[in-house]
Amino acid sequence: MRQDLTHIQQWISTGSRVLDLGCGDGEFLAELTAARGINGLGLEIDPGHITAALARGLDIVEQNIDQGLGNFADKSFDTVVMAFALQAVRHPHLVLDEMLRVGNECIVTFPNFGHWRCRLYLSLRGRMPVSKLLPYNWYDTPNIHFCTVRDFESLCDERQIRILRRHMLGPDKPHGRLAKLWPNLFAPAAIYQITR
Amino acid sequence: MTPAADSVGLVTPVTAHFEGGLTLACGRRLDSFELIYETYGELNAARDNAVLICHALSGNHHAAGLHSEDDRKPGWWDACIGPGKPIDTRRFYVVSLNNLGGCHGSTGPLSINPASGEEYGPDFPPVRARDWVHSQAMLADRLGITCWAAVIGGSLGGMQAMRWALLYPDRVQHCVVIAAALKLSAQNIAFNEIARQAISSDIDFHGGHYRSHNTLPRQGLAIARMVGHMTYLSDDAMAEKFGRDLRSGSLDFGSEDDVEFQVQSYLRYQGSVFSEHFDANTYMLMTQALDYFDLTREYGGDPVAAFQHASAAFLVLSFSSDWRFSPARSREIVNALLGAGKSVSYAEIAADQGHDAFLLPIPRYLEVFSAYMQRVAA
Repeated sequence: MRQDLTHIQQWISTGSRVLDLGCGDGEFLAELTAARGINGLGLEIDPGHITAALARGLDIVEQNIDQGLGNFADKSFDTVVMAFALQAVRHPHLVLDEMLRVGNECIVTFPNFGHWRCRLYLSLRGRMPVSKLLPYNWYDTPNIHFCTVRDFESLCDERQIRILRRHMLGPDKPHGRLAKLWPNLFAPAAIYQITR
Repeated sequence: MTPAADSVGLVTPVTAHFEGGLTLACGRRLDSFELIYETYGELNAARDNAVLICHALSGNHHAAGLHSEDDRKPGWWDACIGPGKPIDTRRFYVVSLNNLGGCHGSTGPLSINPASGEEYGPDFPPVRARDWVHSQAMLADRLGITCWAAVIGGSLGGMQAMRWALLYPDRVQHCVVIAAALKLSAQNIAFNEIARQAISSDIDFHGGHYRSHNTLPRQGLAIARMVGHMTYLSDDAMAEKFGRDLRSGSLDFGSEDDVEFQVQSYLRYQGSVFSEHFDANTYMLMTQALDYFDLTREYGGDPVAAFQHASAAFLVLSFSSDWRFSPARSREIVNALLGAGKSVSYAEIAADQGHDAFLLPIPRYLEVFSAYMQRVAA
């Protein structure tokens, strides 16, 4: 399983009710159901992913997160998860508001655009970074709202979002250490547990 | 035609008699009644692999396979029922019946009223979806099925499946609701009213007593079917199928023929075939059952409160170009189920065939449906 998902799993308590926004083929929800006995629901818009997630026996609802979560009651989930989708939504701050309304806690992961490789790529080549994690060209990408670790934390600050925990994902050992010390420069991606 | 490899093959309907009768929602009582049904696949030893198929407005018990090798077409849902199909008859025991009030063998307007010794005709009592559900529960008892693995239906059948989930929560494990709605819109009722008016204003209708006049309200029933059929197709589907093509003549000079456009010819054919094979009183009765259906009425009009009575897991499916029961109607069902904290999955299938899409072998539809049915079988 992806490194970020393995980590998120540790922050989810047994038997809790989990909403996964942009759940993909349901790998994570299936894993959580098996490991933690959670009661999960996934939202997804990709037809192939929806079928794959259904085949895993998961509850999946076709729904576009950009249109909000108006059909979910306040605090109807223990945890709302959104893994690597924040940068792809139209209004990230409004999606965060909706997640915080629907869930007691939220877990968000995103690629850190402040990572030194991005900075180097942009400063040396003068072009928008393309990498293994972010393989798209600027004109044809689902990722329309990149941010850095610092950007995200200042957004949380502005919007009275409390950060409960954070974890920086490092590709390897030395960088993992550096990612902890200087996340905005050395963490390729970040995981936050937030509430309001 | 000979049965295809993925067909349930040749099937024979069976009629079950219920001497105990049934008191209907309207308060009237059928002292005894019959249900005609077909089954496909084998009931397992645990008796937990039974699936009930609920038919739509003009449907019947013949959902899959052929009655004889002379049949030109298989049952109405052959796309979805059979070995290797979404409702896989290698795993499931499928029961499909004709609803009470129908005209294909179950007790309905064409049956003899024991009180008068004559056909019920227009005097057959009004039926509601709950009457169908109760009568099907009696059939389930007869077949030794205490709990359905799934109750499945499209359109009116989907509405009936939801009613099952509320009336007999302990007897439905999964409920598959396809191209349905919590209740009809005013527009839906309006279309049904045009259909009924077409029938009742036919000079051969005789207030529903056409059979004692040795005639049939063919014209009225054909128009009713044409209106209905049009609402089952989408604008795009009709454009693709017929466009503005003429049957004969030219656009400049018109045609000598009464039937000018291909779409006219198609609708007239559909109407005329239907009017020979379907009973007008049943059509009146079924459209009324549809109009009066409201899943939420006895729950204060609150769909969340209604679904709180269900214990099944739900799959809800809609089709993008269906304007008769649009995706928005399906989302109302989904949102109510979410509000009630029920297990629900939902997909909107991109399809340009309109409401009729639920009957057709659309690849993504079959994939999603199959994926869910794997879970039902597990």
